[in-house]
This record gives sequence, C-alpha cells and structure tokens, in this order.
Amino acid sequence: MSVAPAEVERPEAGQDVVPDTPWVTIVWNDPVNLMTYVTYVFQKVFGYPKPKARKLMLDVHHKGRAVVSSGTREAMERDAEVLHGYGLWATVSHDR
Amino acid sequence: MTGTGEPRGPGPPGSGDAAGLDPDEIAEEVMAGFRRTGGGVSARFTAAQAGIVRMLVGQVAELVGGPGAGSEPAPHAGGERGGGGADPAGLGPDDPAAGIDPFAPDELAAMFGQDATAQPPDDPVLARLLPDAYTGDPEAAGDFRRYTEQGLRSGKVAAARTVLSTLPGGGGRVRLSAEDGEAWLRALNDVRLALGVRLGITEDHDRELAPGGEADPRSAYLQVYDWLTYLQETLVHALL
Repeated sequence: MSVAPAEVERPEAGQDVVPDTPWVTIVWNDPVNLMTYVTYVFQKVFGYPKPKARKLMLDVHHKGRAVVSSGTREAMERDAEVLHGYGLWATVSHDR
Repeated sequence: MTGTGEPRGPGPPGSGDAAGLDPDEIAEEVMAGFRRTGGGVSARFTAAQAGIVRMLVGQVAELVGGPGAGSEPAPHAGGERGGGGADPAGLGPDDPAAGIDPFAPDELAAMFGQDATAQPPDDPVLARLLPDAYTGDPEAAGDFRRYTEQGLRSGKVAAARTVLSTLPGGGGRVRLSAEDGEAWLRALNDVRLALGVRLGITEDHDRELAPGGEADPRSAYLQVYDWLTYLQETLVHALL
C-alpha cells in the first residue's frame, strides 16, 4: 500500500496568499537593433556585468525574446519605459 | 537583431570638407566613424553625411514631437541638450523664464495637441518607436501609454536635438561628451528603427550582399541605412 503523500499547504491560485508573484520585463527580438547596442543598453539600464548582458542579448537574438528583469509591476513598467527610450521593444507581463 | 555594421562602400557620397587638411587623412577619419577621445568621442563627417544625418534625425523628431521639433534649437537652449541640467543663463527654477520649456511633455501636448492617448499610433514607424508595453491586454497597454508616451516622445526629441545642435550642417569633426554621445546613440537608433520599418528590413538583411541591387528603388536609402548601422556600431564601441 502506498503511503499517501504528505499534505502540503499549497495556496490555491487566485487566493491572496501568495504575496509577490513577480512581474517580468521581456525584450523582444527585432531586425534592426544592433547586438552590441542591446548589450550596451542592458549594462547601462540594469547595471548588469557584460557577460550577463551579452547572454541576455543572445537569448533575445536566438530565442526571439528574453526576460531581462523581474519584480513589482511598477518597477517592470519603469524598466519597459526606459527600454523604450533606447528603442528596444519591451513588454511587461505577469510571470505565472 | 543585427550582428555588425560592416561598411558597404564609402557610405553616402560626400565631397571633401575642411580645406587645407590632407584629403587622405580626412577620408580615413570619415571612414573610421566614431572613436574614443579624452573624456568623450569624436567622428568626422563630410558635408553630405552631415546633411543626411541632420535631415533624418530632424524628420524623426518631427514625427515623434510634432511640427517644429526637428528644427534648429534656439541658441540659448543649450542647457536642454540631452536633458542635461546645465543652466548657463543662471535661470533658476524661480525665474519665470525658466518655466518655459517648449519640449517639456506638457508644453508639447499644449502646442501640438497631443493629448495623452491610450491608442497605439497608426503609423507603423511611430508604433515601433512608441510600442505597446503589454501584449494581449489593450487596457493595460492603454494605461501605460497614457502615463508614459509623452515622456518617451520628449526624450526622443531631446536626443534628436542634441544631434542637431552638435553636428554642423557643413560637416567636419564632431566632438561629444559621453552624455551627448549617448543621446546620439539613441537618436541614431531611432532613425535606423524608422528606416527599418519603411525599408522593410528583416533578419536576412545582413546576409544580403547587394540588397535589392541597383535597380531597387530602396537602394539609396539602404546604403544610408547600412552606413548608419556602421556609424552606430562605432559609437557603441567608442562609448564602452
């Protein structure tokens, strides 16, 4: 006879038990923005070290998009606004 | 994204400038694009190149900021370049004249009737420069646009005006602070985004050796696009 799995307190989706479901900023690939420029922007905007900025840039380039930051909705909207200022195509979404 | 801005040919045709200098040195400097100099960056432009950059940057500024946004900044408006905080005339915030900022978002809206809108632009170039921040959620996208679009527009106009106020119409050597260099970077990128939409640039563009060929009516602008790509690439490297 199998042992019943231990009961784990698991909040139902939709309940206000999960305090901070993170939001994310996504950058989408486009045919115009330069790879070096996108790396530069990630370094400048997020303060990421060059290897991380470059890896994110390559994710955008090869996968079509990448999550570049996460946090509160307000913070993600600020990130998207700054990225739009640099001409990157950034969107905000709820990470679920 | 695109990999590199390898120059295809000498770029837009331009007659020499700066009479008296060694033409070979000038040509070499023009070809080199931007390079790092003490505390900033510099590049040399032929008169034709300067004219093209000024025209395109001005057009994007007018598209984004409305009529007049792409014209020459008033001489006393130097402190507004790049959104910098310089205040050469000593006009503090208490001075009534200091409150007149024709490129503040509110002033823009008042002058050009750009009410805060929730609707994405119809023009595909504007839609690319002022993109939606939410996909599949028009309400959230509209709210975001209402609160951010005017600031985004005025930032782009400010960057364009930095280019217009630092690039002489006759060409020559341009020396930029790092701050102005970054404004150039954003303004050049906006021009490339705009041209990219109008010219239908795709990911395959890099691999096209002679895009469209001479018969392609887009040929002249494709050449300009490629040159701007190279110029921006050299500017990124010079600023890093």
